[in-house]
This record gives sequence, structure tokens and C-alpha cells, in this order.
Amino acid sequence: MSKLFSDENKAAFTSPLNVNNPVAVQVLGICSALAVTSQLKPAIVMGLSVTVITAFSNVIISLLRKTIPNRIRIIVQLVVVAALVTIVSQLLKAYVYDVSVQLSVYVGLIITNCILMGRLEAFAMQNSPWPSFLDGIGNGLGYAAILVIVGFVRELFGFGTLFGYNVIPQFMYDAGYKNNGMMVMPAMSLIIVGCVIWAHRAYNKEEK
Amino acid sequence: MKLNTNSNVYTICYAAVMVIIVAFLLAFVASALKKTQDANVANDTKGQILTALGYDKAAINVADVYAEKVQDMVFVDGELKPYEGSFNTTYGSLIKNGELHVFTATTAKGEQAYVIPVVGRGLWGGLWGYIAVNETKDKVLGTYFYHESETAGLGARISEKWFQDQFIGKPIFGEGGEVVLTVVKAGAAHAENEVDGVTGATLTSNGVAAMVKDGLTAYKEFLGGAKCAFDKECEHSCEAECPNKGNCPHMDECQGECPNKAECQCPEKPCEKTDVEQ
Repeated sequence: MSKLFSDENKAAFTSPLNVNNPVAVQVLGICSALAVTSQLKPAIVMGLSVTVITAFSNVIISLLRKTIPNRIRIIVQLVVVAALVTIVSQLLKAYVYDVSVQLSVYVGLIITNCILMGRLEAFAMQNSPWPSFLDGIGNGLGYAAILVIVGFVRELFGFGTLFGYNVIPQFMYDAGYKNNGMMVMPAMSLIIVGCVIWAHRAYNKEEK
Repeated sequence: MKLNTNSNVYTICYAAVMVIIVAFLLAFVASALKKTQDANVANDTKGQILTALGYDKAAINVADVYAEKVQDMVFVDGELKPYEGSFNTTYGSLIKNGELHVFTATTAKGEQAYVIPVVGRGLWGGLWGYIAVNETKDKVLGTYFYHESETAGLGARISEKWFQDQFIGKPIFGEGGEVVLTVVKAGAAHAENEVDGVTGATLTSNGVAAMVKDGLTAYKEFLGGAKCAFDKECEHSCEAECPNKGNCPHMDECQGECPNKAECQCPEKPCEKTDVEQ
């Protein structure tokens, strides 16, 4: 057990949550961060889906890593990710149809998410399955964390709601407060991601 | 012996084997699950129709309520006939081929309604929906819209209840008999025939507007059907009263309570203008 949670493995899990965050530091997965963060709920769904898929495709690639021919490794990774996502979405469609309807919008976004390819290439190709699994979970959650922050800000100021429930009281609107239409636009999420990266780097600089 | 994973032969064999394995795996999964998936899709489609009728599909047994409250009909040669084939889950190509499905149903409130399937295009992919109209076919009783791949949180919001409920009670046709029900910019809906679009999703909202217009126009013969069939009868009685029909420019407006011919009267104003005596 102690070996399973050695310092190295712990680092594989925790570093992407903060110092090596996939969005804030590696600047991966920005495109989907723009697309699905206008509200909190899709941001969370997308974050969790990416976490699960990254973890399992990391494990599969890690198991295959010694057999994969170097020259076609990217293609192999792509095939594994695409096959995995397709099979999972088919299973969901057959057994939990409601969930599959909710996720159908994200399937394409997950397959093309750069975090998946980035982690497969940078980590799973060199490491054994267990650390790869932890790395996948860590990166997925690190990605989800940024999505949730951006989603929170955008939904709160763009719609005045959180999870679809009104949180800004009516008297604020009566007093002349208005929802910020800019927040709803994809461009605004880029600015918020920029602010998050700024805050994140400023904070980590102090720590060092 | 250690395999040389960089040799051409190995690379080609690896790629070939991988493709074959993945292809078989996907084909197996797809064919093994097809039956359950199709059943789910059919059940979900019925749920969508019931949603347009005001039922809460999460709170009811969709298959039972559908069987009890909804009949699948086809509009052929001016009249509704029961549909004999198996239940369809997509209606785009059927409507294009002139097979106009209409669901006669009872709403959650107990009103008689007709449900019309509509299909269209959003920003990224297809849109579809079901519009429930009232017995006299001039007002909307409820709608259901969904999409293939609109942006989550923006265009995808057309599938939310607040958007769909805006359509309830809206008139379908304008004075000239054209479809006037439409979606306008968010917050700009003031007229009776307009509903608010989704903020930040103008193209999806436009897609819904076009889908509603095209969809209802395709069913114009059905929706205006009772009126048309009646107008032919009406015309005779009107002709008797206004012999100078050719000069009566508003003859098309000749309407009344069908099938009560006694109430069929030529519109007063237009006929007065026709100077029958001269």
C-alpha cells in the first residue's frame, strides 16, 4: 500500500492540481474551456468526463507503451481515445439514456481535448499504469477546477444564477443592477482564464 | 529476442492489427447494443411528444401514458388516417417525402391537441421539436425542442423549459394566413406572435425560428385544413348572396362556423364595395 502512494505517485496526482495545472500552466484544453463554461453545470459535467477519460486512456496507453511503434504513436493514442469515448458513449446510450443525452454534446469535445493527447504523450508513454492513472485523475481534476472557476464567474455575472437558480436578489435588479451580457460571450471566458492564470502564477511565484 | 519496434514491418503490422481489433470491438459493441438503444430512442421520442403536451416525462411511465393519450396519425389527401407502421423517431425525411405525421392527443390539462413534428438546423447541427396546437389549430399549447450539438450553456438552452414555455398560447397564423410565430432577439419580444431568443445564441435562435416557420408551413394544409374544406362549401352560399363574386376581392376571407352553412356569409364590407346593383 505504501508503495502505491509513494511520494512520486502523490506528486503525479497533486502537481497538476496546482503547480502544474493543465490549463493555467501547461495551457492545454483552452478551447473547451471557452466552449462549455458559460454555466456551472456543463462545466462540471465536462470536467468530470475529461477526468474519467484521461485516466483510463492513460492506463491503456501506459500498458501498451512498450509495444507502440514510435513513428505512429500519436495515431495509436488517437485511436485509443476515440475508441474509448465511442464505446463509453454507446454503453451510456444503451443503459443510462438520460445521461447519454446530457453528454452527447461533449463527446466530440472530449476526443479533441488537447489535455488527453498531452498527458498520453508526456506521461503515459514513459510511466507504468498506476502513476499514469493518478496523473490522469489529477490533470482531469485540475482542468475541472479551472472550468468550475470560469463557469462560476460567468454564470453569476452573465445570468445572475448558479446551477440555474437565481442567486442575485430581485432588489439588486430593482436598484439598477444588470446582468453582464459580455460574460455570456466566449471571448469573456478567455479573459477570465487569463485572469486565473495571472492570479495562479503570482501566487506560485510568492511560494517559491 | 527483443522486437525492433521501429522497423517498418512491425509498424505496419501493429497498425493493421490495431485497426482490425478496434473495428471489431466497435462493430460488436454497436450491434450488441443496437436493440436496447433503439428502444431507448423510441421511448425518449415518445417522452418528447408528451413533454410538448405538458406532461413531466420524468414523473410518468412514458410508454403507458403515450399508449393511452396519443395516437400516431398520417395526414393524407386532406384527412387524418391512423398510422399503421412502426413508430418513427425521426421525421425530417418523412416530412420531405410528404408523409405528414400528426399525433392526436390529450394534453396534461385534458385539452384536445394535435402534435406536429418539426425539424431544422441550428448553428452546429440539427434541431428538432414537437409543437402541440389546440383543437382549432390556431394557437400553440406547448412545445419541445432539442438539438444535436448546440453549444452547452448557449444554444443548448433551447431545450430548457423556460424557453419552450414561452410558446404557450402564441398564435400560429397571421391575418394573411402565413405563419407568424417567430423567435426574436432576447428581450425584444413584444408582439403577440414573438418569443424571446437565447442570449448569446442568435444563430441557434434563428434556427428555431426558421424551423418553426418551415415546419408549420409544411403542415399548412392540415392546420388550415378545416378552413379550406369549409371554404368550398362556404363559397357556394356566398356566391348565392353575392352573385358578383368576381368583384369581391375578399372572397377568400369568407368564413364562419363550419359546418353551419347558415352562418356562412359573404364578408359585409368587401361585398358592399362590389356594386352588385350596377
